[in-house]
Amino acid sequence: MFDQLSERLERMMKFLRGEVKVTDKNMAEALKMMRLAFLEADVNYKVVRDFEARIKEKALGEEVLRSLSPAQQVIKIVRDELAGILGGQQKPLLFSSRPPSVIMLVGLQGSGKTTTCGKLARWVAGIGKSPLLVSFDLKRPAAQEQLKTIATSLGFPFYEMTSARMASPKEALKELLVHTANRGFDPLIVDTAGRLHVDDELMEELRLVRAILDPTEVVYVGDAMTGQDAVRSAQAFEEKIGLTSVILTKLDGDARGGAALSIVAVTGRPIKFIGVGEKPDKFEVFHPERMASRILGLGDILSLIEKAQGEADVAETEEMARKLRKQEFTLEDFKKQIVQMKKMGSLSDLLGHLPQVGPFKNLAKAQVDDLKIAHFAAIIDSMTPEERENPRVLNGSRRARIARGSGRPVNEINQLVRQFQEMQKMMKRSVVQKLLGGLK
Amino acid sequence: MFANLRDKLARTRTAFRKVEDLFQSGKRREEILDGLEEALILADVGVAASGRVLEALRTKTRKDAGEADLERALKDELAAMLSRRADGRPDGSGPTVILMVGVNGGGKTTSAAKLAARFKRDGKRVMLAAADTFRAAAQEQLALWGKKLGVPVVKGSYGADPAAVVFDAIQSFKAQQGDVLVVDTAGRIHTNTNLMNELEKVKRIVVREHPGARLESLLVLDATIGQNAIPQAREFLKFSGLTGIFLTKVDGTAKGGAVVAIAEELDLPIRFIGVGEGEDDLFEFSPREFVEALLS
Repeated sequence: MFDQLSERLERMMKFLRGEVKVTDKNMAEALKMMRLAFLEADVNYKVVRDFEARIKEKALGEEVLRSLSPAQQVIKIVRDELAGILGGQQKPLLFSSRPPSVIMLVGLQGSGKTTTCGKLARWVAGIGKSPLLVSFDLKRPAAQEQLKTIATSLGFPFYEMTSARMASPKEALKELLVHTANRGFDPLIVDTAGRLHVDDELMEELRLVRAILDPTEVVYVGDAMTGQDAVRSAQAFEEKIGLTSVILTKLDGDARGGAALSIVAVTGRPIKFIGVGEKPDKFEVFHPERMASRILGLGDILSLIEKAQGEADVAETEEMARKLRKQEFTLEDFKKQIVQMKKMGSLSDLLGHLPQVGPFKNLAKAQVDDLKIAHFAAIIDSMTPEERENPRVLNGSRRARIARGSGRPVNEINQLVRQFQEMQKMMKRSVVQKLLGGLK
Repeated sequence: MFANLRDKLARTRTAFRKVEDLFQSGKRREEILDGLEEALILADVGVAASGRVLEALRTKTRKDAGEADLERALKDELAAMLSRRADGRPDGSGPTVILMVGVNGGGKTTSAAKLAARFKRDGKRVMLAAADTFRAAAQEQLALWGKKLGVPVVKGSYGADPAAVVFDAIQSFKAQQGDVLVVDTAGRIHTNTNLMNELEKVKRIVVREHPGARLESLLVLDATIGQNAIPQAREFLKFSGLTGIFLTKVDGTAKGGAVVAIAEELDLPIRFIGVGEGEDDLFEFSPREFVEALLS
């Protein structure tokens, strides 16, 4: 997500690494580069100014100048400050000690509230809860149907709210709470109408719903693609409604996501989840520390590993990592890996978790066709054990046989072998070996 | 009409007040330009495009330029950037197919309805095609609009190939000798190649099935969007042959300045702007009026 931002910061860090000492002059240069990088990433102008001032103050302190490696220390300061703004520690979703908990989602039009309701319901169900969904969006055509469809397809109950019921809102809301409690649902997930924050009528309506439902969490759903205005709308919702946390959506594109910094800086509320796709499972817990590392170009290896461990065979993953380290990786392993990757979800997703610098730089951009993976598996299946162990024996007639067996053209087999060899080569590189060392 | 637009834009103006104050304050040019840069960046024009605007202002104005000169130069510069391709907005004079494309949540469905309402008001034979077969209730949402506006809607079933829906829509559009067909497509993130290929297929079907029709492909952009608007426009241009921008939600505090960079870099015109939720909340984009409204 923060790809280009990482790139810019990486450049700044390189610049700093080249300097023996942090001086006023080179610090000013570095800070200017950082400022431009953040602005291009859509971090709010004022937030950037603020951040810059804090970095400057800390970096130019006595401590840094006396230290042996000032550049290292500056990196640490930037990273810590970034993690500080993003929320320091990862914060869990809150539930009421006296169920049912109420989770209310608010935000601008098109930020992804309704889709997020479904994702959140699926997530809480995953930790053993039984959610009930309701939508107070009575204005947008088919808003009720949208949430109902999402709820039904995921197998969750949906509570039908109507304009007639909301004619006497207090009674309607109390009835809803009684219904939730009596049927033992927990939490109640509340979708609301998206409207511009300058719409006082909507804000009044939201305030009323908030007052009566007394939610455990009031979540601001923010679009990661938002520009400078992210600050103003988030602030308006914080001031007029009162928020407890943030969910950031549409992080699956290449938006630099500076809105994340802006929203958190201005509301002081932690980001708890991120949305990374349209489907209900494209939803992840937000990790401030990792995000800060990611911004600085260290990549999100931890998220990748977590995902792999969640859905793949841990023992097999470890064995694979061992083989990769020892460079005993064969086509047979390649196939196993392919099958595991299919379990984990799309390969393109996974590549997005790798750091966007160094050897991985263009990897995420390389589009991976998931159908191709199935073809590759078919090709490997058509090989003899010997060929899988040692692809060098693959001469023309063997390749032709494999082509017949797998139903794929010969050039695809050539391509597979070539890719495998390139992968083997890449695995030998020291950077990758170091990374794999960390995978143990 | 623009009195109404100005009224709707009233809130967006506050941020530009600062610029206006500068014009009155008698500061030196560089100071004025610095303040201007900040205001442009805060309007999401972006670091690069703002820099180019400022450079142009530097060469076109004298060092001792007064506030009035700079104000005029700025307005001229912005308006010029937004005017380069101002002609040729679709008017339904021949058979026209309008594809509404963009990322999720930009306002494609509502904007499709607004366009349908507008062309119907102009006496055109209008049809809508609900080619968003992915998002829950997208079909129902457009169908409700169609019912409200009295415009026929060609629907598809969920999970169906959107190109198939468009194929059906084109056949019935041709049979009924329609003037304007507005196609609502599913939101897609521009980095998802599979979905972008799907869009390219939709475009191909339109061209193949109705070669005589004018194809207008509009990127629907939310005014709150930041710098990601530019890579978005670039990708949608590549896959769906964009012919223009439809800027939505211009009634908040966001200024939609990202379109300045798009107009400049990709030479794409901004065709329409949307300012509310009603079917009549649609305006033809006029560069001069837009700049005036923002700076007045």
